[in-house]
Amino acid sequence: MGEVAVRLDGVWKSFDGQVVLRGLDLEVPRGTTLAVMGASGSGKTVLLRLTAGLIKPDQGRIEVLGVETTPLREEALLPLRRRMGFVFQGAALFDSLTVYENVAYPLREHTQLAEPEVADRVHAKLALVGLRDIDRKLPAELSGGMKKRVGIARALALDPELVLYDEPTAGLDPTNARLITELIEGLRAQGVTETSMIVTHDLEFARVISDRMAILIGGRIAQIGPPAEIFASRQHDVQAFLAGQLSA
Amino acid sequence: MTDAWTAVGTRGRRIAAYYGGLGLLTWEVVRNAWLPRRYVHLVVTGFDDIGVRSLMVAGTAAVFTGMVFALQSAHYLARFGADLYVGPLVALSIVRELGPVLTAILVGGKVASGITAELGSMKVTEQIDALRAIGVNYIKRLIVPRVWAALLVFPLLTALADFIGLVGGMFIAVYERQIDIYLYWNTIFYWVVIRDLLTGIGKSFFFGVIVTLIGCYNGLDMTGGTEGLGRATTATVVQVSIAVIIADFFLTKIFLLL
Repeated sequence: MGEVAVRLDGVWKSFDGQVVLRGLDLEVPRGTTLAVMGASGSGKTVLLRLTAGLIKPDQGRIEVLGVETTPLREEALLPLRRRMGFVFQGAALFDSLTVYENVAYPLREHTQLAEPEVADRVHAKLALVGLRDIDRKLPAELSGGMKKRVGIARALALDPELVLYDEPTAGLDPTNARLITELIEGLRAQGVTETSMIVTHDLEFARVISDRMAILIGGRIAQIGPPAEIFASRQHDVQAFLAGQLSA
Repeated sequence: MTDAWTAVGTRGRRIAAYYGGLGLLTWEVVRNAWLPRRYVHLVVTGFDDIGVRSLMVAGTAAVFTGMVFALQSAHYLARFGADLYVGPLVALSIVRELGPVLTAILVGGKVASGITAELGSMKVTEQIDALRAIGVNYIKRLIVPRVWAALLVFPLLTALADFIGLVGGMFIAVYERQIDIYLYWNTIFYWVVIRDLLTGIGKSFFFGVIVTLIGCYNGLDMTGGTEGLGRATTATVVQVSIAVIIADFFLTKIFLLL
């Protein structure tokens, strides 16, 4: 196994006394795509937010792109976050900014590029996610699928080494869900996204998109491996999850 | 009895957490007070949001406060044949207390609740987390420019409200009590010294910061979705009013000692 992009060792996290993650261990090698699956409320999004340093673990150690994030303060995490892209479940676009300004935002914040270069990059990223001629639209004027694609374009604006996707197909109709699946698959095939962690509850999406799947049950990774191995799992709890018979 | 103590304990912890959080936010604002040049336009936008859009509120409150104060004081001063002193009385009351406090409560309530609503809705829609995920220091981007704007705008608004209040008092003194207009202003300039003016303006710097920090903290700290947002906005208006009145007492004590 090559270099590790994300490593979580014995991570515990609870909210208001309710334990969500119980000593979770996980490694994501560079150049791979990991799909994290689990029932609703199993802590998938928490895992992603811990990886991005948006929340702190109660116990344990987290290392992302070679940086141990656990002891770092907010300011110290900012340079690391510029090497990551985060695609939020609800897209989390800045609602007072246009599509163009949303995608340009990271470039204007973190680079010294002149405006024509920013425009070129923004249009390139929008083209990458299949969007054209919507520069001046506000997020409120976009469909759910378009918002997700703009969210992906914004996450890719700084050419991140690691992309974290939170339920990219959730809340979309089958056509849009398929488009997003193809888009993420395409980005991976073109080498645009080097390493990805995708949280999803969509089994078919996870099977298509990932090199490895991790099943999160009871606050720990119950099983991790290639999709074929997971679908052929003989582990009772993993089988129950895949059969849709497991709740958080 | 145990339940009562538990309730008191829970409430006490909540209050301690609130003030602790507010204190930490204040510290973060101080640590991040220096703004990069690309954020300066946000301070200018804050000028517009806090200052320009609050002129009507501040002006209306000031003119009627001046008028009602002149009406009341002239009526009672006349009993002692001292209604000629209505000008200084109105001026001292407005410049030292009513101008800064009323401006802070009215404009502060409006501005702070707007900030709470804006930051709260950004929090609900994960826009603040999106900023953080992009690697942006959200304190510098969202909070500090507002604090700078308030720090600069509140004294200006207060000075303007003071002047408008005095003009309101003048209308009543001149047209209702037939006091000579020159006498009204001359007595004001004689009795009101620069220190009185600076006391009121000095308070407004603190009020601006207090009001903005409460608005920002309540927005960032809100929980419970859109319903929680409504609660946070209402709480902001109440907390701003109370905080301004309490701070006014302590600031008055301090300024009297200086």
